Amino acid sequence: MTVEGVLSYLVFFATMAGIYAVLSLGLNIQWGYNGLFNIGIAGFFAVGAYTSAILTTPPSPTHLGGFGLPMMVGFLAAGAASGLIALLIGIPTLRLREDYLAIATIGIAETIRYIFQNEAWLAGGIRGLAGIPFPWRRALGPSANFVYLALVIAILAALYFALERGLRSPWGRVLKAIREDEYVAAASGKDVFRFRLESLVLGGIVMGFAGSLYAHFVGFISPQAFHPMLTTFIVWVMLTVGGSGNNKGAIVGAYLVWAIWSMTEFVTDFLPSAMATRAASLRVVLIGVLLIAVLMYRPTGLFGEERHVSRLIARSPTGGSHARSG
Amino acid sequence: MLSVRQVTKEFGGIRAVDACSFEVERASITGLIGPNGAGKTTLFNIMSGFLRPDRGEVWFDGQRIDHLPPHRIARLGLVRTFQIPRELKAMTVLENLMLVARDQRGERIWNSWFFPSKVREEEEAARAKAEEVLEFLDLSRHAHELAGNLSVGQKKLLELARGLMADPKMFLLDEPGAGVNPSLMRRITGYIEELRRRGTTFLLIEHDMDLVMNICDKVIVMNQGTHLAEGDPEVVRQNPVVVEAYMGGTP
Ligand SMILES: Nc1ncnc2c1ncn2[C@@H]1O[C@H](COP(=O)(O)OP(=O)(O)OP(=O)(O)O)[C@@H](O)[C@H]1O
Ligand SMILES: [Mg+2]
Repeated sequence: MTVEGVLSYLVFFATMAGIYAVLSLGLNIQWGYNGLFNIGIAGFFAVGAYTSAILTTPPSPTHLGGFGLPMMVGFLAAGAASGLIALLIGIPTLRLREDYLAIATIGIAETIRYIFQNEAWLAGGIRGLAGIPFPWRRALGPSANFVYLALVIAILAALYFALERGLRSPWGRVLKAIREDEYVAAASGKDVFRFRLESLVLGGIVMGFAGSLYAHFVGFISPQAFHPMLTTFIVWVMLTVGGSGNNKGAIVGAYLVWAIWSMTEFVTDFLPSAMATRAASLRVVLIGVLLIAVLMYRPTGLFGEERHVSRLIARSPTGGSHARSG
Repeated sequence: MLSVRQVTKEFGGIRAVDACSFEVERASITGLIGPNGAGKTTLFNIMSGFLRPDRGEVWFDGQRIDHLPPHRIARLGLVRTFQIPRELKAMTVLENLMLVARDQRGERIWNSWFFPSKVREEEEAARAKAEEVLEFLDLSRHAHELAGNLSVGQKKLLELARGLMADPKMFLLDEPGAGVNPSLMRRITGYIEELRRRGTTFLLIEHDMDLVMNICDKVIVMNQGTHLAEGDPEVVRQNPVVVEAYMGGTP
């Protein structure tokens, strides 16, 4: 492999991992802070990707729209559409027992995939949707992927800081309290339903952003790209390995697991051809083993949760005593 | 202050609360006693909005509350504790309390993005208040400990502390003295009396008769879901019906 080859692979790797890191941040809002069991991540990701694709591609006879709008519009609309799906799932389920949310999220994710697969007028059906633009790709030529990586990193960083600020606050504290014991939160005067809905929707918006980043990066999407088990499962492993409840952990976990996941691809390349057909399942098994190892030896993940939600307390010089900060 | 009117609640045929009625006076300490399974905790769950009664009404401070959700009732100033302490294990004691602070602009995420200094100011105030409450209950040493690591007695105090953070007009205490040693029991008794002096109303479920006799102005006896008797603690203790139902015949 040439130096350029390695470099361009690394850029590809860092971009994909960055997109997964955005998904992992989204799950951290829902599960890490609020205990919401979303197993339909692939659905939110797909809605984001397709929304962005339909809005930004040039007019086309083979699918809906092709509105040729700027990528920025596609990105924001992707978040809005995915957040709307979260809202529609949340309203009927979040007052019920926890398992209803899990069932609803996985059900919706599967439904979304079937819709994109079977309704060819909407987004090309099984053939997928091609020509999703990254506006400067032609002008930038070979360095386009570098620029895209920079864009993904910038968005990831912006989301990280916004979420740190948003979660390490009374809002995040209520989410965490609900995760710990919803009765205590309610008896303390907090509207449990409202906070859960906000957490589900905000997580959904973030996942929709990730979908948009993915669509514009690969330029072509099809229902196969949003395999529910694979996408959802791998994001769960990322957050768990990195440290549920910790935004840094969500990002580091995404890069680490994506690295391991990519390496398993190389390993399975060396398998005898008779086994090659099973390679995909083998990779999933390997990631499953990683997950179990982390759960056994480091159940809090690499980073674990910080002791205080509030930045007010975390910042106080003593941390361990009750001296006032500020 | 609080009025329970003909409240009934069934669980699949078992009548846990059966046409129960009574009143609690403002700034009083009222004891709610009765044998295991009498329906005391169920009644608390109804008064605090965690359960809806099948029939009957609950009024608090001139307002009907039996259809309100728990968080609305808590915000009216009717605040409960849990019989078995329910601490937020993975959060520090201080944050267990700061959670409760009311009217925090920081509970809207966009305020943290767009008005961080206002949010910070209110959080400082919440923290100061939490530290005051910890001071009052002599828990300051444990402020930064994870609540899950507290002892049973400390968790009982944390229940009380969390309630105090909500500015209760009236406190529903479910067995504040259960499972605590005598010296802590005296402390808890002291806190209750001190808070009552400051104007808080108490309704407390308790099996410990010494505690009940010592601090209650009035005692309400429940048996099999209904109001059996009420009155002055000493008088109730002598009441033969109560002795029969509650103490199994031995005074
Ligand atoms: N959620 C529930 N579902 C079914 N039955 C219940 C439920 N909650 C309480 N009960 C039943 O209602 C009756 C009253 O229970 P409750 O907990 O109110 O009694 P209590 O007076 O608080 O007793 P204790 O002194 O033991 O705490 C019991 O028979 C109990 O088994
Ligand atoms: Mg009880």
